[in-house]
Amino acid sequence: MRRALALLGLAALPLAVLGVFFALPVAGMVGRGFWPDGAFDPGAVAEVLARPRVHRVLWFTVWTASVATAAALLLGLPAAYALHRLALPLRGLVRGLLLVPFVLPTVVVGVAFRQLLGEGGPLAGLGWEGTPVAIVLGLVFFNVAVVVRTVGAAWESLDPRPGEAAAALGASPAQVFRTVTLPALRPALAGAASVVFLFCATGFGVVLTLGGTRYSSVETEIYLLTTNLLDLPAAAALSLLQLVVVVGLLLVAARTRRGSEAVVRRRAGRAARPVRPRWRDAPQVLLTVLLLAALAAPIGALVVGSLRVDGAWSLAYYRALGSPSQDGLLAVPVATAMLNSLRTAVDATWMALLLGGLVALTVTRRSRGRGERRVRATLDGLFMLPLGVSAVTVGFGLLITLDSGVLDLRDSPLLVPIAQALVALPLVVRTLVPVLAGIDDRQRQAAASLGAGPLRAVLTVDLPVVWRPLLAAAGFAFAVSLGEFGATAFLARDDAPTMPVAIFRLIGHPGLLNYGMALAASVLLAAATAVVVLAVERLRVPAMGAF
Amino acid sequence: MRTLRTAPTRRRGRTGLAAAAVLALATSCSLVGTGEDDPAAVESTDGGGATSEPGGEVVLLTHDSFALPDQVVADFEAETGIELTIRPGGDAGALTNRLVLSKDNPQGDAVFGIDNTFASRALEEGVLADTDDDAVAWPDGVEQYALPGDDEQRLAPVDNGNVCVNVDTSWFAENGIEEPESLDDLTDPAYEGLFVTPGAATSSPGLAFLLSTVAEYGEDWPTYWEDLVANGAQITSGWTDAYQGSFTQGGGKGQRPIVLSYDSSPAFTVAEGSDESSTRALLDTCFQQVEYAGVLEGAENPDGAAAVVAWLQSPEVQAALPESMYVFPVVDGVELPADWARFAERPTDPYEVDPAEVAANRDDWLREWTDVTTR
Amino acid sequence: MLEVRDLAVAYDGVPAVEGASVTVPDGGVLAVLGPSGCGKSTLLRAVAGLEAPSAGSIRWDGRDLARVPTHRRGFALMFQDGQLFEHLTVARNVAYALRLRRVPAARREARVAELLALVGLEGFAGRMPGTLSGGERQRVSLARSLAAEPRLLLLDEPLSALDAGLRERLAGDLAAILRAAGTTTLLVTHDHEEAFAVADSLVVMRAGRVVQQGPIADVWAHPADADTALFLGYARVLEGEAAYRVLAAGDLPPAPAVALRRSALRVTDGPGLEAVVRTARATPELGRLVVELAGVGETDAVCPPGRLPAPGERVRLTLDASRLALLG
Repeated sequence: MRRALALLGLAALPLAVLGVFFALPVAGMVGRGFWPDGAFDPGAVAEVLARPRVHRVLWFTVWTASVATAAALLLGLPAAYALHRLALPLRGLVRGLLLVPFVLPTVVVGVAFRQLLGEGGPLAGLGWEGTPVAIVLGLVFFNVAVVVRTVGAAWESLDPRPGEAAAALGASPAQVFRTVTLPALRPALAGAASVVFLFCATGFGVVLTLGGTRYSSVETEIYLLTTNLLDLPAAAALSLLQLVVVVGLLLVAARTRRGSEAVVRRRAGRAARPVRPRWRDAPQVLLTVLLLAALAAPIGALVVGSLRVDGAWSLAYYRALGSPSQDGLLAVPVATAMLNSLRTAVDATWMALLLGGLVALTVTRRSRGRGERRVRATLDGLFMLPLGVSAVTVGFGLLITLDSGVLDLRDSPLLVPIAQALVALPLVVRTLVPVLAGIDDRQRQAAASLGAGPLRAVLTVDLPVVWRPLLAAAGFAFAVSLGEFGATAFLARDDAPTMPVAIFRLIGHPGLLNYGMALAASVLLAAATAVVVLAVERLRVPAMGAF
Repeated sequence: MRTLRTAPTRRRGRTGLAAAAVLALATSCSLVGTGEDDPAAVESTDGGGATSEPGGEVVLLTHDSFALPDQVVADFEAETGIELTIRPGGDAGALTNRLVLSKDNPQGDAVFGIDNTFASRALEEGVLADTDDDAVAWPDGVEQYALPGDDEQRLAPVDNGNVCVNVDTSWFAENGIEEPESLDDLTDPAYEGLFVTPGAATSSPGLAFLLSTVAEYGEDWPTYWEDLVANGAQITSGWTDAYQGSFTQGGGKGQRPIVLSYDSSPAFTVAEGSDESSTRALLDTCFQQVEYAGVLEGAENPDGAAAVVAWLQSPEVQAALPESMYVFPVVDGVELPADWARFAERPTDPYEVDPAEVAANRDDWLREWTDVTTR
Repeated sequence: MLEVRDLAVAYDGVPAVEGASVTVPDGGVLAVLGPSGCGKSTLLRAVAGLEAPSAGSIRWDGRDLARVPTHRRGFALMFQDGQLFEHLTVARNVAYALRLRRVPAARREARVAELLALVGLEGFAGRMPGTLSGGERQRVSLARSLAAEPRLLLLDEPLSALDAGLRERLAGDLAAILRAAGTTTLLVTHDHEEAFAVADSLVVMRAGRVVQQGPIADVWAHPADADTALFLGYARVLEGEAAYRVLAAGDLPPAPAVALRRSALRVTDGPGLEAVVRTARATPELGRLVVELAGVGETDAVCPPGRLPAPGERVRLTLDASRLALLG
């Protein structure tokens, strides 16, 4: 009984936030679909589910997301190894830069992709523009960093001894990887895959920007139905469909993760130090370089674009960003927008870390009995849901449910960071859980038996091990927040435009100066992200002394 | 109740916990907030409560493209004692639907940014309050933009702009091809593969263009679109993809010299030192978009809201519109920026579709349009 | 004084400990001995507050501990593999509990030095756990536990991860340290040697139940049954006729069963039981034999090291009454 209460206590805050800012709004919107005029009428919803178009849209969503997820895993794995286990020069910088796609506004990347793939572009011959190939490429571009980071963080804290033992038993490096490393990474891989799949399946901007209007995903369909047609029963039907797919996926992922989580042991002091690359690492390094080159191409086009004015190199666009008001091109100086962005991102980051940390702690505590284990597994899955439900549904739902009494939070300045934190939360949880689950529970028991309270035990045992993954997660959350536009755009905000909003405005109007300034602002946003992520990853816990 | 509020509205959360501390090391802590740096807001808090002046706080709901110079806003606040809170979010469609969904308990007092393609829905759903007949008289010239059927003047026109096909005149000059002039021309094989437009389902100018074709071709519009697609028209999801990505005069150095954009766009394609725009709007292809403001039904501060709506039609705001929001004023006699006056030609007789008809058919049209264009 | 009454613990409804009652007096060292899976570790963990009992009570000095969380019980738990905090130095590990109690630095350092000396690890203060050998790790772990000045020290197979020689030496050290510190101790082990070396009283558990308990010599001399005897290190248990024959040879009263240690039968030049040698093996101190005893069957015997008989040779055996136990 006491344990059940303690379990609830630990999860109470995240559950409350999830309930108020996610479950309630979604239920509100779906409810409006089922009760169109106050009376229960599921007929409209059922009718929508029978439409062939809906089936087509669902199928398109699932297959593009699956292919993109598989591609991201395949491409991300070598990079995770190279960037987290090998002592490559500049790897910290590269890891920071990998997050850049995350924060780039989709419209900007869309234009960059178009320059590469579109008519007159260097890759136009492939004929990919406006095809599902372009959509999948775009999804991979935005999401491969998730694989590199979550898997990399787990790889970093892996106990190297089982691998060494296997090698001593005669296993080749490839066999060691297949028989020891890969199974140990399975929780992280499954976690990364489910997050990437959810991002891809709800990747709203990418489908629109890179697929033109020919392709619809469930997400774009919900957007259209809700913001344009106000066809709530249809939107509710698709939202439910989305939920079903997501829950099904989470069950599969949980199953994949299970078996192995108990097996993987990690120790703070024994984690492998990055090793100097050897010749046999050449393929991984090569693949990583290729991946980076592929990621860099659109970004490079962007940077070049921001520096070319009338066919000559110039900083004119950057200068224009500094003095915007005289031209009337931007409502606020870019510096202000950047500050707004950073401020929101800091809030979203600490919220995501606090909530995600609590969730991760809750779900990784040793369970007594099957029932408790099931409760924890359910909790784990629950916090993935915000990724799988349309931002539009949540956004409008917030509006109609949080509108009275103590819950009248529609105007709260915390709404935007909270919404972003909920998006970043699964990334935080998926980064922390595999590592926390790998800690020998007896370490905590030893601390407790020496007189350490629960909090102290976490500080002694969990924090040193989880510290690096925690920083990785912080970088993630930060980047997600900086780049998040979809969910935020629907929330009536304080009049404080963030960078993506400013960029969106600039590129949303004709004129070379506007376009150039949008590119320059994107480059600045990307640079700021990389710098912050780098700085965060370099933090050390001062109290940890020898750590 | 509202007038008793004392704190400035732009507060940041103070729920900062120790957990923030770690991150606060990395960037200066966010929780200190953007708030108390707005003297106008602070001053005005004690100005409320009087009956002659509207005063108090007014929350203006608007779309993402809303922008006005800080000075214009500050002057208004100082003059009226109103503390204006602007809450942007979503595009015109999202804005309207937000209002519809929360009409029982609106999130603000006034709205700006409902356009003539969504206005009927807002009116039908009873989102907007009646104005007192004698309260506001619209300035000269505004009347012509009034929403047909809105006899109670619930929606006050604030700005307008035309969605028109634009052409890259320099491209046509270089290639020795005659520029197109009409919607019909776009299906001419001479212009095969040269046109790009944002889609009607995903973009508001795209929808306006669809309405142009509805106005021109009536029931036969789907045939026109079939021809358009057959002639190699490219359809993108949004204006940015079309203009910046595919248009020859866009930032992305696209390959298509004909694009759907606005009548104001040519004012932005004047190269430095040149006295000529390199693009031109085809004035026979235009659809007029008008944006409205109004007082919300159930507003906590209707007087203040009415003052804000009137302010949006004032000379100060009207003059600021072109450079802040890239749209034309609705009030007569407002001076335009020099570039606009020279390069932004305006159609004399743009296409129109009765808003009630738009409201009734929007779903069907979009569905059919989607079928035709993705066939 | 620790009193465990009728304790039951179950995992997912499967009982691991049932009706166990154990008492450890102040300053006493009690060993819980049993094969792996017998529930002894569960008993220990329940005492530590790491498992919730489904029935029964755990009391310290009469006070029920049911609602007292692990970290407030004042019971230090030392694991089989030490569970040192790998990111902290040896000194920081040992000082852990002292830091929790905010003991002033000077006193803390002095105490750490004292404890490291007690466990024989002077000069190890600055080392990282990763650089220590298994025995050193256990010594650090012990010092860390003692630093907490626990009301009760809980040892979970403290020596079984170590190699034989080290184990023997450390068992002696452990016994001496515990006596010197006067620490009340509950030790769990599957190794009877470890139990005999360290504890002064013994609880034998099997299949979740306590089968016997008492002062170590009593339990040793009077195992409750054949299984217990075998677990306590007796090599064979003879029953019925066989027991009668062997006891008779030593002029002992008849009993239904007798447990023999391997050295209970010794080769003699005088009169004794007739036996045929099956195998013979020399060790530095003794010759170890397996012999066929008429009417009894195969059993063990010893002989002086210099006079190892050959297999097949006939020998006579005498019984050492101090190396057997009569079973009721």
